[in-house]
Amino acid sequence: MSEHEQYAEDLALYALHALTGADREKLEQHLANCASCRLELEQLRGDTALLALSAAGPRPPQRARKRLLEAIAREPRIVATPSGARRTWWGWLGWAATAAVLVFALSLWRENFALKETLASASSTAAENARQLEELRKIAAPIIEPEAQRVTLVAAKTPPQPQGKAFYLRKRNSLVFLANNMPALPPQKAYELWLIPTSGAPIPAGVFKPDAHGSATVVNPPLPAGAEAKAFAITVEDEAGSPAPTTPVLMMGAGE
Amino acid sequence: MAELYDRYSSVVYAVALRVLGDTGAAEDVLQEVFLQLWRNPSAFDAARGNLGSWLAVVTRNRAIDSLRKRRPETDIENVVLSVAPDLAGEAERARAAEKVRGVMGAMVPAQRSALEMAYWEGMSHSEIANKTGEPLGTIKTRIRAGLIALRKAFQTG
Repeated sequence: MSEHEQYAEDLALYALHALTGADREKLEQHLANCASCRLELEQLRGDTALLALSAAGPRPPQRARKRLLEAIAREPRIVATPSGARRTWWGWLGWAATAAVLVFALSLWRENFALKETLASASSTAAENARQLEELRKIAAPIIEPEAQRVTLVAAKTPPQPQGKAFYLRKRNSLVFLANNMPALPPQKAYELWLIPTSGAPIPAGVFKPDAHGSATVVNPPLPAGAEAKAFAITVEDEAGSPAPTTPVLMMGAGE
Repeated sequence: MAELYDRYSSVVYAVALRVLGDTGAAEDVLQEVFLQLWRNPSAFDAARGNLGSWLAVVTRNRAIDSLRKRRPETDIENVVLSVAPDLAGEAERARAAEKVRGVMGAMVPAQRSALEMAYWEGMSHSEIANKTGEPLGTIKTRIRAGLIALRKAFQTG
C-alpha cells in the first residue's frame, strides 16, 4: 500500500497533465503494472471533470453550430478511390455478404450517435454496440480501403474481362460499386456509373477512374432517396461527370 | 449530432474559452472536439462515465494543448473516467457548478491557485513551484488534496 501512497500525489498531477520529467516516466512504468493505480487515475480524471464545471460563460455563437454541421455533412462521403491493388488480387471472395454488411455498417455508423444519447442509461448496450460497429468496420475495410488487395477469380485460361459489381440498398440509399480489369482511359475522361431507374432517365451514380491495375471503387455516391434500380450501366464521360449519358453504354447489368 | 451539440456545446465552449480566453480559438476547439466524436463515436465508452464529463475533460486537454502550442497529447480514445456526476441537464450542471465553486472558495488561496494554474493554464508542477517559490512537494500535495476535496463534496451528495 505504501508504494501506492508514494504515487498518489503524482497521479493527481498526471491526471492534469502537469507531471513532467523523470517523475512522469517512473509513474507511467508503475501504471503499466498496477491496476489499482490505474483505477485511481480514472477517478482523478473524473474529479478533474468537476473542475471544468466551474467554467461558465456565454453560449457558443450560432455560426459555430452551422460550421460544425457543414463539416459533418462533408465528412461521410467517400468518393471513388482508385485502389492500389497488386497484381495478385483477392478480396472478391464472399462479395455479396461482405458488401451487404458494409452498406449496413456505413448507416449504422451514423445511427450510432442517436443511440449514444439514450445509452447514458443503457450503457452496456452502448459498449456492445461499439464493439459490433468495430467488427463491421473491420469487415468493411478490405472492400473500401485503398490498400486492400483485390483478386478476381475466373475460369482457368480465360483472359481477364472488365467486371463491375454494384451493391445497392434502396431503403438506406446506399450504393457500393467495385470494378476490376477496366481498360485505361484517355486523359480528361472517366467512367461514369448510372443507376437505371424503373422509370425515367438514368441517374448519375458516381464517376471513377481505374488505377494502374484497372480497379476502382465507388462508395455511397449522392443519389435521390428511394430510387428503384432496374439496372446499372457504365459509360465514358468527361472526368467532371455528366448529368446524362453522352456515349454508348459500355457495360450494363440488371438485378440478380 | 445536432442534438448532442445543442446539449453539450455550452459546456465545451465554456471550458475552451476559459482556457484560451479567445473566442476564435475556443470555437476551433469546439469544432475539433465534436468532429472527433463524430468520426470516432466508439472513443466514448458510456459504460465508464457520462458524455458531458467526458467532453469536458477532452476539451480541457485539447484547449491546453492548443494554449501551450504543443502537439495534441491526448488522443480522445485515451480518456477514461470512472466517477463523475451526470451533467446532461442544464439544472444539474448549474447545481454542480455551484457546488464546485463552493468547494473552490473554501480552499486556502494557495491551494486554489495551484489547482487553477495546473488545470486552467496547463502549468506543470515544476512551473508552479517556480512561480510561487514553494517546494515541489507542497505543490503536489495541494493539487491532490484539492481534487480529493472536490470528489468528497460530490460523494456526500
